[in-house]
Amino acid sequence: MEKLWEGSRAIAETIKMCRPKVISAYPITPQTHIVESLSQLAADGDLVAEFINVESEHSAASVVLGASATGARTYTATTSQGLLLMLEVLYNIAGMRLPVVMTCANRAVSAPLSIWNDQQDSFTARDSGWIQLYAEDSQEACDLHLMAYRIAEDKRIMLPVMVCLDGFFISHTFEPVEPFEEENVKQFLPDYQPLHYLTPKNPLTFGSFAEPDKYTEARYIIHRTLEESKMVIRETAEDFKKVFGRGGGDLVEDYFLEDADFAFVAMGSIIGSLKDLVDKLREKGEKVGILKIISFRPFPGKEITTALEGIEKIAVLEKAVSLGSGGILVKEVKESFYGRKKTPQINGFIVGLGGRDIPQDSLENIYREFHQGSGDASFVDLNYELLGGK
Amino acid sequence: MELTLGLVAGPGTSRANKTGTWRVERPLFLNIKCVACDLCIMLCPEGIIDSNNERYFADLNYCKGCGICAHECPVKDIMMVKEEK
Ligand code: SF4
Ligand code: SF4
Repeated sequence: MEKLWEGSRAIAETIKMCRPKVISAYPITPQTHIVESLSQLAADGDLVAEFINVESEHSAASVVLGASATGARTYTATTSQGLLLMLEVLYNIAGMRLPVVMTCANRAVSAPLSIWNDQQDSFTARDSGWIQLYAEDSQEACDLHLMAYRIAEDKRIMLPVMVCLDGFFISHTFEPVEPFEEENVKQFLPDYQPLHYLTPKNPLTFGSFAEPDKYTEARYIIHRTLEESKMVIRETAEDFKKVFGRGGGDLVEDYFLEDADFAFVAMGSIIGSLKDLVDKLREKGEKVGILKIISFRPFPGKEITTALEGIEKIAVLEKAVSLGSGGILVKEVKESFYGRKKTPQINGFIVGLGGRDIPQDSLENIYREFHQGSGDASFVDLNYELLGGK
Repeated sequence: MELTLGLVAGPGTSRANKTGTWRVERPLFLNIKCVACDLCIMLCPEGIIDSNNERYFADLNYCKGCGICAHECPVKDIMMVKEEK
């Protein structure tokens, strides 16, 4: 039976089902409720795990790195500045091929200080070797966490997975969620069997020194494995469907794309707003659809071009920006089409930074203006008064 | 040699990896005026200088060419010479 849970609670309950042995985290808004719940579960004995309190996110990431190296299933969660502080360790976790699973409750980055949502934080970690999956709602966030452990611990992969969910929009919203049955979860996610693990009886070096004659190959292997992980993600999603009877969790997901001439491409909770808009436009007979990107790393270039085949105009919406360069997701979508005979017109729109609301009117404007020809790709809804009129 | 997953290795990797490749100069132990004070052995940051009954020498597989041994030798019995190939 469905439960009405706050997103953070739903995720904590899911992590409990995944049976991590070591959890370490440092509280930071909007991730706090997740680790607060887990800490309570561990303290009450409802979750048999070591919950290690630390003095910073750098330490939290280091603790799960070390714990994972001893062969334990681990979990951590953070956001924003916490993720930036973890970054050095995140690269190491991936390089050492440790199947850590973490949540990023997406939030803007400083400065200026903002506790509100966008996706600039996790985009910063996109080159670290982590698999990154983005959730649309609480249910999908839960499902992706369970899949994340399976994917991370798959012997063909052995890479960490970050499940990204929009801060507040998912973490603090109460939504009906189908809780997991213990039996099903155990069948879907057996206990973790490490390939190598640290023990005093058998000392090992993880991520040992690589001379210039080996480093390139070591990095290439991670890249190649991420490419191969697409297949494993798809397999895992299919298996998930078999066991739990609901979908979600493939690399991309399409919404009314078959006969569309216009498509939105986006990630995360904004998909919900877009679906409302598309439903409305479809009622008026407009041929518009959505491509939701779930897996940002590995980047599903081929899946994107296949799903968007024949569509004339594509609006890529993203809650992130590479300062000095522009939209990030839009460039990768464009690159996927490079070299094809017929390429669609692709524009990027930067929306919802630092918790800026994205009303239906804005989304509809993007559609109308771009659909009718113009529609410059850029920051959406800039307040020129704040910019001195420029 | 195939790379292991995550470059996981047993103990002794710092010995297995020959890290002397980026040296520009190497120490030449003249073994003429040497007073066997062992300062070079104690001050080499790599811990790779050793001696036998006849002479002092460095393990060039790991020597970084930092020149500390030559600088510290009280009788200037170590010379730094260009590494040329
Ligand atoms: S040059 Fe530096 S590393 Fe080499 S032997 Fe002398 S002190 Fe040691
Ligand atoms: S420091 Fe110079 S004198 Fe002393 S042991 Fe080394 S080479 Fe000989």
